[in-house]
Amino acid sequence: MSADWPLWEVFVRSRRGLSHTHAGSLHAPDAQMALRNARDLFTRRSEGVSLWVVPAAEITASSPDEKDPFFAPAADKPYRHPTFYEVPEGVRNL
Amino acid sequence: MSTHPAGHPVGALATLPLGDDALVLSHRLGEWAGHAPVLEEEVALANIALDLLGQARALYAGLADVLGSEDEIAYLREEREFRNCQLVEQPNGDFAHTIVRQLFFSAYQLPLYDRLSPSLPLAAKAVRETAYHRDHAEQWTLRLGDGTEESHTRTQRAADALWRFTGELFQPVEGLDVPWQELEAEWTADVRDVFDRAGLTVPETPRHGAWSAGAGRQGLHTEPFGRMLAEMQHLHRSHPGATW
Repeated sequence: MSADWPLWEVFVRSRRGLSHTHAGSLHAPDAQMALRNARDLFTRRSEGVSLWVVPAAEITASSPDEKDPFFAPAADKPYRHPTFYEVPEGVRNL
Repeated sequence: MSTHPAGHPVGALATLPLGDDALVLSHRLGEWAGHAPVLEEEVALANIALDLLGQARALYAGLADVLGSEDEIAYLREEREFRNCQLVEQPNGDFAHTIVRQLFFSAYQLPLYDRLSPSLPLAAKAVRETAYHRDHAEQWTLRLGDGTEESHTRTQRAADALWRFTGELFQPVEGLDVPWQELEAEWTADVRDVFDRAGLTVPETPRHGAWSAGAGRQGLHTEPFGRMLAEMQHLHRSHPGATW
């Protein structure tokens, strides 16, 4: 039965103010049942305050083959990292 | 035990039928472990079973002075001492059968716990769990009733088979101050609404077997219950007092 059911990716927001984080995936016949299955599988120990379910087929992912052209050019540009200045003492929350 | 605002206390043993309903249905749902049609649904049924087990424990704990420990109440009573309705002891059957049983029972338990909330702390806590059980059953009834010809046939068959156990739900339980007729009207409207949307027919047959009106609440049970109880109790009875 579940072989016919589409795969859904589940995103859980653990607290107000945080963003949704990918928690896993599950099978379900439709979006409403996917939400309920997600509730049972991922939030029954009070892990979340909000759930998203997204059809896995609708996600466009970067391909492992394109890893180099996609991500490598950033590797030798350390000046893009905010590490070239000193943090004054007493500054909090930076 | 606390009292109703209007001053009607919940009777000393009045919560036993509620606890037995929860324990017996919990055990039946637990029988799906390893057999559910899909993994996701297995977890959902186990979740509901654990909710019900928690309700049974809380209700039994409140009866400790009268009936003994939770284990004694669950494992050392004979069949005739159980006060659960006959609906919850019915075997699981196929998935549609289990879902219709869930719909019939949760549509009963939800308004019942709602009414009992002011006088019974457990009911106030459990009413949200029960709302979820009711929603789970509704979602599946809609999909099975309005699904394929096969799923529709099986769901209708389950409704027809279980219908005769629904009248008993509204036999007054001594010590519970509940407007039973009002509860029954609410239940009937609720089930009719779900059935209409699911394309199912509400059975016209009697809501009681000729012999079974209110029987479970009197300790009279159907034949499959004895076997269920034997399986549920055999470990505790074989090893009295064992802990792990």
